[in-house]
Amino acid sequence: MADSATTPSAAPEWWETPVQTRNERFASANPDEFPPISMRQPEWRLSPIEALSALADGVLDGGHYDVTVSGAHHEWTLMAVAAGKAGLPEDRLSARAWSATVDALVVRVDGDGDPVTIRRSLDGVRAAHLVIEFTPNTHRTVIIENQGATSLAENVEIIARDGSHARIVHLGEWDNTSIHAASHFVHVDRDAHVDHVLVSLSGAIQRVNPAITLAGAGSAVEAYGLYFADRGRHIEHQVFVHHKAPQTRSNVLYKGALHGKGTHTVWVGDVLIGADATGTDSYEANRNLILSDGARADSVPNLEIETGDIAGAGHASATGRLDDEHLFYLQARGITESEARRLVALGFLLDIVGHIGIPELEERLTKVLASALDAVEVNA
Amino acid sequence: MATLQIIDLHVSIDVDGGTKEILKGVTLTINSGETHAIMGPNGSGKSTLAYTIAGHPRYTVNSGQILLDGKDVLEMSVDERARAGLFLAMQYPVEIPGVSVSNFLRTAKTAIDGDAPSLRTWGKEVKQAMADLKMDESFAARNVNEGFSGGEKKRHEIVQMELLKPAFAVLDETDSGLDVDALKIVSEGVNRVKGNTSMGVLLITHYTRILRYIRPDFVHVFVNGTIAEEGGPELADRLEDEGYDRFLVDVP
Repeated sequence: MADSATTPSAAPEWWETPVQTRNERFASANPDEFPPISMRQPEWRLSPIEALSALADGVLDGGHYDVTVSGAHHEWTLMAVAAGKAGLPEDRLSARAWSATVDALVVRVDGDGDPVTIRRSLDGVRAAHLVIEFTPNTHRTVIIENQGATSLAENVEIIARDGSHARIVHLGEWDNTSIHAASHFVHVDRDAHVDHVLVSLSGAIQRVNPAITLAGAGSAVEAYGLYFADRGRHIEHQVFVHHKAPQTRSNVLYKGALHGKGTHTVWVGDVLIGADATGTDSYEANRNLILSDGARADSVPNLEIETGDIAGAGHASATGRLDDEHLFYLQARGITESEARRLVALGFLLDIVGHIGIPELEERLTKVLASALDAVEVNA
Repeated sequence: MATLQIIDLHVSIDVDGGTKEILKGVTLTINSGETHAIMGPNGSGKSTLAYTIAGHPRYTVNSGQILLDGKDVLEMSVDERARAGLFLAMQYPVEIPGVSVSNFLRTAKTAIDGDAPSLRTWGKEVKQAMADLKMDESFAARNVNEGFSGGEKKRHEIVQMELLKPAFAVLDETDSGLDVDALKIVSEGVNRVKGNTSMGVLLITHYTRILRYIRPDFVHVFVNGTIAEEGGPELADRLEDEGYDRFLVDVP
């Protein structure tokens, strides 16, 4: 059902014939139960493993870090008490982070007030664990802002209780040397709705993998991702949506732009519709815009369906350059070619920004994206 | 007073296994304030002429000239042509995700004029132009042409023409797919710009219907890549009665 698949480098063959279905993947909080990280394992096949060695083999500082939370109750809580409500690690890095962390930061969100902001400032080689729980019928937004020069391996659990409407916006505005490897476990209860927005614009490496479980009947998720990779950076998102309960809906859209030699983005989208998930509707799409020679986007959508009774299921993946007809249209109105390229590229990315729903934040991201595009020559 | 001259223009496109000549020697002169209708059956090269004037990369000019006040248009890039005063109202305007109409219009106006339009008056001008074309002002916040109906896209083209005030506008089958009401609205827009400026118009159409609302000074009949017949508005009336059949008998 892919509308086109023009990934510059073809996906390796084994992706097309997975050795296991996604829900059979091993999960554990004990890193020793995972084999050492290697390119032979599907989940690491497209990752810059050597650059992740500090997180894979080094000592992780799992202590408290600088954080300000506004608009919600929060406390540091022992991992043994706080962790594991939304999922368990499915790879060794995630398990290392889990076991190295002493206390989880637990944020409890209720009511329907202004957005909650979690501002984190991190440094060193470290592990972290964040739990965000939306109490029943809560309608709130949580913005996670990150800054610092760090190598961070972490797990984030997001729990949306019955009837809640939770919006999570994760901003990865790291220093350019930072490495961020994260798993987001999103658990959605009955009739709850989660908007999950990942913005990955900086850092040397970002590998942020959301695993979303639609656990309650009538639950739904909108998962959006926005990334801009340049100067040889690596940005990776492996998105897993598990439709466990009936009448669940998911919509996944990740859009990214790439520029520069050696720049690499990876998107792997898995949607699993379980045997009990009747009447579900799902769609996942990834679109990449290549803005120069020498950048590479891998895009791999997968869909597994274990019930015949679904409302809809589709996926799409497209990687390409700027559309000549778009450029012609703008140029025919007097706009120079370079300005037209910038406008179309920005428009491609702003499409996702429009889903954030907070005007000030949208404005800020628009400026960040515009200046990121100004800094590169859009020549493809 | 400006002049757009097309002199013995030969244009081809790439097709499977080679090139195909579409325009086989077209000569035409349009002065400010004049309206020229280009009529002809499908496949006669009308749209090729429109896109060649605008500079679409798909079309290769093999010989001939296009001159705007003596300046060589074929040497200009697409955007230079627009800034020199040429405008193409497209038959199939593309949708551009993430680029709002208001941002697009302001960027285009700034590019054409060389200066950003005055904040004080520009908003009003845009509102007025959209109101004149019976487009709700909410369109300003929408992405360029995204989700617009066929008629809304055409009206949006004319809004752009009103705001950018070109010296010459080429309307490429702007009437196709419009119902009578939309056709009147679009035609009024063209006549309004003609009344307010000395814009010359090259009106490309398959049908005579739009010529009831926009009266041409000259009519040129395109057949098989050349102008088969030229005349005044009475030629359009004759085409309405007879169709293109009498031109087609000679085509091999």
